Amino acid sequence: MQQAVKQTPAWLSGSGMRLLPLIAVLVFWQLFGDRFDSKLLPPPGAIGLLLWKEVVEGDLLFHLGMTLKRVGISFMAAMVLGTVLGILMGMYKAMDRALDTFLIIGLNIPALVIIIICYIWFGLTESAAIIAVTINKIPMVAVSLREGARALDKSLFQMAQVYQLSKIDVATKIVLPQLLPYIFGATRNGLAIIWKIVLVVELLGCSNGVGFQIGGFFHFFDIAGVLAYTLAFMGVVFSIEVLALRPLEKHLLRWRL
Amino acid sequence: MNFLAVDIHQKVFENGCLAIQNLKFSCRRGEFIAIVGPSGAGKSTLLNMVSGLDGDYAGSVTFAGQAFNPSAVRLGFLFQECRLLPWLTVYQNLQLVLKNAPAALPTKPLDAWLESVGLQGCGGLFPGQLSGGMQRRVALLRAFIVAPDVLLMDEPFQSLDAPTAAQLRRLLHALWQQNAPTVLFVTHNLREAISVASRIVFLSARPSRVILEYPLARSAERAEAIDIESDWVTQTHQQILDRHPQLLSGLHLD
Repeated sequence: MQQAVKQTPAWLSGSGMRLLPLIAVLVFWQLFGDRFDSKLLPPPGAIGLLLWKEVVEGDLLFHLGMTLKRVGISFMAAMVLGTVLGILMGMYKAMDRALDTFLIIGLNIPALVIIIICYIWFGLTESAAIIAVTINKIPMVAVSLREGARALDKSLFQMAQVYQLSKIDVATKIVLPQLLPYIFGATRNGLAIIWKIVLVVELLGCSNGVGFQIGGFFHFFDIAGVLAYTLAFMGVVFSIEVLALRPLEKHLLRWRL
Repeated sequence: MNFLAVDIHQKVFENGCLAIQNLKFSCRRGEFIAIVGPSGAGKSTLLNMVSGLDGDYAGSVTFAGQAFNPSAVRLGFLFQECRLLPWLTVYQNLQLVLKNAPAALPTKPLDAWLESVGLQGCGGLFPGQLSGGMQRRVALLRAFIVAPDVLLMDEPFQSLDAPTAAQLRRLLHALWQQNAPTVLFVTHNLREAISVASRIVFLSARPSRVILEYPLARSAERAEAIDIESDWVTQTHQQILDRHPQLLSGLHLD
C-alpha cells in the first residue's frame, strides 16, 4: 500500500486525487447533458449561474441561514443530550437495561412520524421543528457514545485512583480523550443526517429555510432551483468538514501519530 | 515497628476461585520487599489489595496500624503495563500526578528528573513516540515523583531487554536510596528479586500464602549486586535453591 501511494505523481496525490473525479463528472455532465431535456437535467453551468443569481438577487442566503440555524441548534442539543445518555448507559448496566428498549424504538421510528407528532402537539412552531429534529438524532448519538463508554480502559481508572487524580482530571484527561473518536464519529453522522431531517421538517411546517424553498420549486418542477439549493448546502457541509472538523480532529488526535 | 502489615485471611475471585488464604507478612518503613511466587499465585491481586484498588477480601492491610487512608499514605504504583496517558505528553503525564499530590513538592524541576532517567529532551513527546524502555522510565519516574510512602511494583521490568532492565534496576536502586520508600516489588524472577530487595517473601501456588521470608545481607558489597549477573547474586540464588529446592514451584515446604 505504502509503495503504491509513493508512486502516485505529486499532482495526483492529496487534493488532486479528490478533485479530479468530481471535475470529470461535471465536464461529462456539461458536455453530454444536453441530450436530455434541459428542464429535467439542467447542465452544471446553468445551475451555477442560477445559484449565483439566487445569492445576489434572491434570498438564498436568508433561507440557508434559517436552515443552518435549525441544524446548529438541534445538532448541539442532540449531541449534548445523546452524549450524556450514551455515557450513562455505557457506564451503568441498570440504566442500559432500563433505556435500551426506548433507544431501539427511537432508532427505528421513522423521522416523519416524530416530525408530524411534534407538529400536531406543539403546533407549526420553530421550537416544534427543532424538538423534532433533536429527538430524531439523540438515539444515534447515544448508541455511538454508549459504545465509547463501554470501551473505556478500566486500568487507567485504577491509575487515577492510585495517584488520587481529581474528578475533573479524570473527566477531562482520562474519559474525554477516550471518547473523542466516538464524538467525532457522531458529529459526522450527525451533520449528515440532521440536515436531511431539517429539510423535511421545513418542507412540512416552516415558512422559510432550504426545505421550504425546495418545496416551492417542487410545485413548479424546477429542478435547476432544487439543485442550486442543494449545491449551496453541499458547499456549506464541505466547508465545515474541511475547515473545522478535519483540522480539529487532526489536532486533538495528534498523539496517535 | 512495623509500618506495613498485610494479613489476608481469604481472597475469593468472583468466579469462585480461592486465590489467597492466610497470607501474612509485615515490613518496616523503608524496606525493599520482593514478592516471588509462581504465576497465578495472586501477586498482582495482592498489590491491588494493598493499594486499595481491590477491597473485596477478608482480612486487613494496615499502614502504621491504620487502615489505608489515601490522605495519609501516598502511593506510587508501577503497573505491569505502563499505563501512561497516550494523549498527554511526558511532561503532562508527570504534571498530572504532581498536581494531584499536594504534599509532594517536586524536589527538583521536571527536566532534572527526566535527565536523571536519561530522558532529557523527551518531555514534549507523546508516549507513543517513545520506545518501550523509555515509556517504562517515564512510568517509574511518575511513581517516584510523588514521593511515595509506599511504592508498589508489578513485574515492572518484565518485557524489557536485559541491558534496559539492568539500567532501570540501577535507576530504581538509586531512587530508592534517595527517598527510601517502602517497596513491594512483585516478580517471578528470583535473580532479579535478589539483586534489588532487602528481603524476599516467597508465595506458594494458589491458594497462596507466605512459605518463606528470606532476608538478604545489606552491606557495601551490595552496591554492585544490583547487577543480576554478579557473583553475589549467583551465589545467593544457588544458596536459596540448595536449601529449598521446591521453592520456586511454590510447593508448600512443611
